[in-house]
Amino acid sequence: MDAKQMTPSLVASEPVSPSWPEDTIVAISTAIGAGAIGIVRLSGPDAIPLAGAVFRPQRSAPLGAEETYSLLYGHVVDPDTSEMIDEGLMAVMRKPRSYTREDVVELHCHGGVAAQRAVLRLLIRSGARSAEPGEFTRRAFHNGRIDLAQAESVAAIVAARSTAALRASVRQLNGGLSERLQATRRCLIGLLAQIEATVDFSDEDVEELDWESLGGQLSSVESDLGRLLDTAFVGRALSQGVRTAIVGKPNVGKSSLLNALLMRERAIVSDIPGTTRDTVEELVEIGGIPIQLVDTAGLRSSGDHVERLGVSRSVEAMEQADLILVVVDLAAGWDEADRRLLSGLDPRRSIVIGNKADLVEDAQALLCDLAECLGLLSRERLNDEHGKACGKTGLSLEAGWRIVAVSALTGHGLEDLRLLIQETAAEGHEFCLDEPILANERHRALVQESFEWTGSAIAGVARRAGEELVCEDLRSAVGALGRITGEELTPDLLDEIFSRFCLGK
Amino acid sequence: MPRGEWTYDVVVVGGGHAGCEAALAAARMGCRTAMVTLHLDNIALMPCNPAIGGVGKGQLTREIDALGGEQGRNADRAFIQLKMLNTSKGPAVRALRAQADKRLYEDWMKVVLSRTPNLDLLQGEVASLDVSRETIRSVRLADGRCVRCRAAVLATGTFLRGKVVVGDRSYPAGRVGELPARRLSASLLAAGIELDRFQSATPPRVDGATIDADRMVVQQGDSQPLSFSHWRVPALRRQVPCYLTHTTPVTHEVVSAHLHLSPLKSGSVSGKGPRYCPSIDRKLINFPEKERHPVFVEPEGVTTREMYLQGLTTSLPVFVQEKIIHATPGLEKARLIRPGYAVEYDYLPPQQLTLGLESKTVKGLFSAGQVNGTSGYEEAAAQGLVAGINAALYAQDEPPFFLRRDQAYIGVLIDDLVTKGVDEPYRMFTSRAEYRLLLRHDNAAERLSHLGHKLGLISAEQLVIVEKKQQGLAEFTDLLDTVQVRACEDSNRVLEELGTMPLEESQSAAKLLRRPQVTYEDVIRLVGSSDRERISQAPPEVVEQLEIQARYEGYIRRQMSEIRHQRATETLGIPADFDYWSLQGLTYEAKDKMSRIRPATLGQASRVPGVSPADVSVLLIHLHRSQLQRSVEMPEMSFE
Repeated sequence: MDAKQMTPSLVASEPVSPSWPEDTIVAISTAIGAGAIGIVRLSGPDAIPLAGAVFRPQRSAPLGAEETYSLLYGHVVDPDTSEMIDEGLMAVMRKPRSYTREDVVELHCHGGVAAQRAVLRLLIRSGARSAEPGEFTRRAFHNGRIDLAQAESVAAIVAARSTAALRASVRQLNGGLSERLQATRRCLIGLLAQIEATVDFSDEDVEELDWESLGGQLSSVESDLGRLLDTAFVGRALSQGVRTAIVGKPNVGKSSLLNALLMRERAIVSDIPGTTRDTVEELVEIGGIPIQLVDTAGLRSSGDHVERLGVSRSVEAMEQADLILVVVDLAAGWDEADRRLLSGLDPRRSIVIGNKADLVEDAQALLCDLAECLGLLSRERLNDEHGKACGKTGLSLEAGWRIVAVSALTGHGLEDLRLLIQETAAEGHEFCLDEPILANERHRALVQESFEWTGSAIAGVARRAGEELVCEDLRSAVGALGRITGEELTPDLLDEIFSRFCLGK
Repeated sequence: MPRGEWTYDVVVVGGGHAGCEAALAAARMGCRTAMVTLHLDNIALMPCNPAIGGVGKGQLTREIDALGGEQGRNADRAFIQLKMLNTSKGPAVRALRAQADKRLYEDWMKVVLSRTPNLDLLQGEVASLDVSRETIRSVRLADGRCVRCRAAVLATGTFLRGKVVVGDRSYPAGRVGELPARRLSASLLAAGIELDRFQSATPPRVDGATIDADRMVVQQGDSQPLSFSHWRVPALRRQVPCYLTHTTPVTHEVVSAHLHLSPLKSGSVSGKGPRYCPSIDRKLINFPEKERHPVFVEPEGVTTREMYLQGLTTSLPVFVQEKIIHATPGLEKARLIRPGYAVEYDYLPPQQLTLGLESKTVKGLFSAGQVNGTSGYEEAAAQGLVAGINAALYAQDEPPFFLRRDQAYIGVLIDDLVTKGVDEPYRMFTSRAEYRLLLRHDNAAERLSHLGHKLGLISAEQLVIVEKKQQGLAEFTDLLDTVQVRACEDSNRVLEELGTMPLEESQSAAKLLRRPQVTYEDVIRLVGSSDRERISQAPPEVVEQLEIQARYEGYIRRQMSEIRHQRATETLGIPADFDYWSLQGLTYEAKDKMSRIRPATLGQASRVPGVSPADVSVLLIHLHRSQLQRSVEMPEMSFE
C-alpha cells in the first residue's frame, strides 16, 4: 500500500504538522461592534500569499520572507482598483507556531465594521474560504494544538458574550479546568490503584487495604467534585446568561422595563393590556454578568386564546428563570393577584419593582405601602416603623426580599435596579473567576457522573461491598473525567500501581 | 516430491506454551501440521516459575480450556499444589493457581502432542522463511530441509538472537544451556518485519534439602478438590507446600554492596524488562525505604529437589547470588544449584499483527507468545491457541477468528497487543479488562465453549455439559423470580439473625438473594415448605452462578447495556486497504497510526493511541457516507 510505504519518511520529517492539503480559511475574529480594532484572521497553506495580495506594507521589502511572529505596518488595498480600504497591522505566524499550527495571518484593522467586512470580502475574492463557526479551533484541535476540553472552551469563547464569560473561558483555555480535572482524576486513580493492587497482586506483598482511610480520601474527592459542580451554575450563567423573567399583571410596563434595561426599543410597547403575547428574550450585561432578560405576557385570566397561550408561556418562563423581576404598577395600585404571584416566589431570587414612579407623587411612600401590603416588611420592625416613610434603602424587609421603585420611562431608579440585579444574580454563586469553572454542559454532565460514581464508591466502602465493586464504581468515576480530558485509564492505573507498590514475584 | 522437501498445511516454529497450543489447535482442526523445535526434549518447558495460573492469568487458562486448548488440562495432570486465590474478594477476581511439577508438565504435553493425529514433531533450527508475493511459502531449516506450508506460526519465545546475561558474562543462548535461533531474525527483517529487543530474568534455584523450612512460613494448597479444566472431575491429590521467607536489611546490604556488578548498572542488558517482575537489584533501587521483600520458595517438582526462589530474580554474578541467598533467613545454608540469569531477545512489536495474530506484512505468517512481546505461560498459550486456530482457518480459506474485549480476557490480551503495542513484556492483569465482572473464571465455558465447538475444538459431548448447566441456571433463575418469601414471623426471625431488614410484605426469593447477607442456603430456609424442595435441588455449580448473578445484578446489567451500546462500533468494519491519508479532517497522527495498525473495526480504531474521539467521529461519518461499512463476522456472545 502506498500510504504504508510513505509513513516512515513523513514520521521522521514532520511529526506534528498537518499533511493534507486544506484550504485557507478567513473570518473576522473579533466580535462585531465590540472594540475599536477588528482582527481578520486567515489560516491555511495560502494564508501568507493571500494576505500579501491585499496588504501593502509601508516598508518596501517583498512580503513572504517574514519570520514567524513578525508585525508589519501598512495598508489594505484592493488589488483590482488599487483603492485603499484601511490602514492597519499584519501579524504573521508561521506553522507550526500558531494557534492552528497552520500558517496564520492576522490583519488588525481599525476602520470599524464596514472596513473589516470589506477586507473580509477582498480576501474571499482572492481565494480564501469563509470559515465555519469554530473552524479555527477545530483545526487547532485536529493538529494537536489543544485538547478536547480546551477546544470546547474555545467554542465557549466564541459564544461568550460578556467580559466575565470571556475571562472564565480564557482561564479554562489556559488549562485551569483541565488541570483541576486532571488533579482530581489522578487522585481517584491513586485510590483505585490501592484497591486494584490488592486484587491483582493479592498473592504478593501488598499491604492490607485501610478501608477507613480510603473512605475518608474518597469523601474529600467527592466534595472536590461537588465544589466544581457548584461552579456549573456560574458557568452556565456566564455562557448563557442568568435567566431573568420579567413578570407581572398586564400593562404594568414589563416591556418598557425590558427596553429600558436594554437601552433600546426591543419589545413592542403599547397602552393596550396584553400587547406582549409571546416571550421576548434579550441578553444584556449588568455589572459584568450576562443577564438573559425574558419579557413575558401579562399574567391574568383571559378569554383570548392567543393571550392564554402567552400566559402559559409566562408561567413556564418563571419556572425556568434564575431570577424573577416582579413588576407592579405604582400608579394603578396592586391587588390580590400581585399578592398571589409573590407568594409563590423565592425571595432570594426575586426583585419586586414598583414601576411608573414618574406618575406618582411620593414613590417611596407608595413602595413602603406596597411592601407592607405584599407582606414583605419585617415583622419585628413593623411596629416601630409602621407608617413612617421608608428611605430608598431604609426599607426593612423580610429576609431576602428586595424592592425598588423605578420609572422605565424616565430611567429613574434603573441604576438601583441594576445593582439589585447584579447582587441577586451573584448571591450564593461566587462569580470568582480565578477558579476554573464548568462552563460547558457536556463537562458538567460528566463531572456530575463522576461525582455520583464516587458517591457510590463511598457507599460501597462504607458497607464493605467488596473490592471489585468499589473498583467498578471508581473506574466509572475516573472514566467520566477522562472523557473530558481525553485520557485512558489502564496505562495511568498501571503506572500508579507500579510506582506505588514494590511488586515482583 | 524433491529430496529434503515436506509439505504441510501449517508449520509451527517452536515448542513452548504458545507453540504447543498452536500445533494442537491446527492439527485438531484437521490441518496437516508440523511442529519444528530446536530440541524435542525441551517441549512445554517452564523455564521460570513452576506455576500455571494466578489472578488474571488463571482466567486465561480457563478460557483456553473452554475453547478446547490444552494448558488447563495439562496443569490438572501435573499440579502438585492447587489454590484458589482472592477467596476473600468477589467471585469476579478469583482465580486458580497451580504449582506444577515441571517434568510432569513437559512429559504430559509431549504425550498429548505425540498422540494427536495430523501432527508431526520435527527437530531442527528454522533458519529462514520463503516469502513470495507477500505470502509465506515455506520454512527452511538450518540442516537444509525445506518445509512447504500454507501457513506458519512463529512461537520462538526468547530464542530469536537470544543472549543470556549473568553478571559481566554474556553469551548467545535462547535459555541457559540452549542454542539460540541465530539466523531467523535476518530473514524476518528481510521480509519487512520489524524487530525490537526485550529482556526477562529468572531467579536462582537451590537444593530443597538444604533449606531450613522451620524458619519459613508454610503455604499449603486448598484442601477442597479443584481443577482448571471444565471437562474433568476435580480430584484431591497429595499436595506439596511452598514456603515464604523475607529478605532482611542484611540481605539488602549484600545486594547494595554489589550493585555495581549488576547488569542494570553496567548496561550489558539493553532490552526493556517487565516492571511487574523486577529483579532484587531493581527493587532496592526503586524502593530503598522498604526493609524487606518476600521470597517464595517453591518446589519445581516431586522428582527433583530444586526449589525456585520467587522474588530473588537477579542476573548479578553467581558468587553474589550465593551471598544474597545465604543472607536470607531460612536459606543460610541453601546450596545454589542453578544461578539466576537474564535473557535478551528479539520480539516482534505486535502492532504489526492483525487481531487474528497474522502479520500484516506477510500473509499466512502468524506469531504468538513471548515473540509478540508478552511474558507468561498463560499469555503465550492463549495467543498460541488463537494463532493456531487462525493459521488453520487461513489454510482452509476460512475467515479469521477473533474474540472481542467483552467476550474474553484473550480478546483483551490480543486487542491490547495489536492495537496499543507494548513497551514492556505484557502481562495480564484483571484491571486491564473493562468488563471484569463478566469475564470470570467461573463462566469461561459458558462464554466460549460454543465457539470452541464451532471451530471443531470442543466436542458435542463437552458442549452438552455446558448447555445443561446453562439450562439449570435459567430454570432456577426463573424459579427464584416466581417464588415469594412471605413476611411472617419465621422468615423475619431468620432475616434478623442474618443482620438484615425484616420484610414488610412478600418478596421474591431472587430479590432476597440480592441482599449481601443472604446466601442461597438462607433462601432455602426462608421460602415456604412447598417450594423448599424444588429450590434445594439446584446443583452446586448452579447455586454458585445464582449467587454471583445476585451479587453483580445491577453492575452486570449496566455492563451489558454498555456492551450493546458499543456493539455498533465494535462490528463496524473498516476495509483493510482503507486510505486514511485521503480522508480530510483526521489529524496527521491519527492517519499515521491508523495506516500502520489498520484497525479491523471502528471500535479497534478508537483504542489506537493517538486517535481522538474527534478522529473516530470523522471516520464514522465517512464510513457511513461512503457505504464502505460492512459488518465484520464476529462470534456472538453466549450469554445474551
